[in-house]
Amino acid sequence: MASNAIEVSRLVKKFGSFTAVNGISFKVREGEIFGLLGPNGAGKTTTISMIATILSHTSGSIELYGVDVLRAKDAARQLIGIVFQDPSLDDELTAWENLDFHARLYSVKENKRKIISDVLELVGLGDKADKQVKTFSGGMKRRLEIARGFIHKPRVLFLDEPTLGLDPQTRRNIWEYIRKLNREHRLTIILTTHYLEEADMLCDRIAIIDHGRIIRTGTPEALKTSLGGDVVRIGTDKKKKLYRLLKGRSFVKSIKESHDGLEISTEDGSRVIPVIAKVADSNNIRIDYTTMKRPSLEDVFISLTGRDIREEGADSDAQWRHFGGRK
Amino acid sequence: MTSTLDAVYTLWLREMKRFMKSRSRMVGSGGQPLIWLAIVGVGLGSAFALKVSGSIPYLAFVAPGLIGMTILFSSIFAGVSVIWDRQFGFLKEILVAPISRLSIVLGKIAGSTTIAVLTALIILVIVAVFGIIPLSYFTLQGIAAAILFMVLTSATFVAIGLIIAALINNIESFQVLINFLVMPMFFLSGALFPISAALPVWLDGLAHIDPLFYAIDGIRGSLIHFSTYPLWIDGIGTAACAVIFVGAAALLFKRIEGK
Repeated sequence: MASNAIEVSRLVKKFGSFTAVNGISFKVREGEIFGLLGPNGAGKTTTISMIATILSHTSGSIELYGVDVLRAKDAARQLIGIVFQDPSLDDELTAWENLDFHARLYSVKENKRKIISDVLELVGLGDKADKQVKTFSGGMKRRLEIARGFIHKPRVLFLDEPTLGLDPQTRRNIWEYIRKLNREHRLTIILTTHYLEEADMLCDRIAIIDHGRIIRTGTPEALKTSLGGDVVRIGTDKKKKLYRLLKGRSFVKSIKESHDGLEISTEDGSRVIPVIAKVADSNNIRIDYTTMKRPSLEDVFISLTGRDIREEGADSDAQWRHFGGRK
Repeated sequence: MTSTLDAVYTLWLREMKRFMKSRSRMVGSGGQPLIWLAIVGVGLGSAFALKVSGSIPYLAFVAPGLIGMTILFSSIFAGVSVIWDRQFGFLKEILVAPISRLSIVLGKIAGSTTIAVLTALIILVIVAVFGIIPLSYFTLQGIAAAILFMVLTSATFVAIGLIIAALINNIESFQVLINFLVMPMFFLSGALFPISAALPVWLDGLAHIDPLFYAIDGIRGSLIHFSTYPLWIDGIGTAACAVIFVGAAALLFKRIEGK
């Protein structure tokens, strides 16, 4: 059985009278990509900052490979790599100098040059080593930061909104690097995101977090299945007849009429559609169309919180801050 | 955990690399005092035909003061520049590393002091080459003492800059800071006129609580052998300021968070 890389229990952070993190508990297994998913202002960054030792906590406990993070800060710091939400590079220095600085701060002495050129290669910046960071695009900076976070061979890598503000193609590249690090180095990765797609694509398990609390934890599949599976729509002119034929069948969880056909909720829509087609065919019912909708994490989020993740009032504010910091 | 010495060296190295890359900073920090020397020094000196004491011409008197000014500006802004590191996020990279908070303070002081003192020495060379301070004034002990004063002064003001950076978070306060702290400190330091019993009591009193006063008096005493106090008093004053402010900066940074 894989051991736990991180155990967070009843973690609380208060800023004055405002409770940003309100009793969060979760465990992350070694080698896992674990996602903290929630809207801006949900407490994701605050949680990560406490685990990464740069923010004090109000109460609770954090263990990282058996190290008590809140007491033995320096021991914990050697174990973690972190990519912050806002860029944290020295723009005046070159890519190589930024990585060299990091290696020195973490006492990486053996094979330092090889390690630095390897991580630069890993994120596709091998030919940009001697360029000043201020000439880099947002995506290149993020890749460089991911490379930097990995130089001292941390046991856990934290990625705080790794693709925020990046274009779709760059985002896909970054996902690829993250997967590569996870696969090839069995690196435990914790990432925060408010992109449902990102959590779905990358994470082995997800904790949905809202108003400083975890409201559900599970694999993306399990979370989606908890909603009750796929929705199949059938377009037909003889909907009453088809309704009678399908009602009560084992694969049908629920069935209702729509204006031009039927809407069926089922476990696995892709297997159910041919069955329905066969039933219709042998009863001389013409089917005009079929569509199927898999529930997305977005649906899970809406069903758990009662609102859309992108509709957050805090969102625009946090975005503004984000870009403000990049000037 | 990375040793304090390694960490201080790493942070020092970063300051050096940044400085080497920034030509405008080099020209700016060295050029400003030379402009002061050329305009204020020559202007005031000839307008009033000042002779500070017996044979010392005004230019020779004001040159050590402008060396002190260079150190004041260069150091305090280097300390305050931590605000930029915070703004651009780089401070987090430092705060999350397995290094002591003390080494962050000492690293910044080591780097900025090196730059400030090197700039001051370049000005000193120019002053000597142009004969503003006659070569016959220089002694080995004098130069060594002046460098010691410069190092202590620079450490003091980098620390003051760090303290300010830890206490204020916005860059807008910067201008206020310059007007109400840095400029008065400069004018009260005795850089442009001697602090002596001839001054009104309030002015004399204010000068005596200005850390830069002891520094410039010491540098001046070491270089042109003219000062308000004997060197040992200036030495104690300057060293005490360094200990107090570096200590205070170290204490403040112990509690700094990466917000």
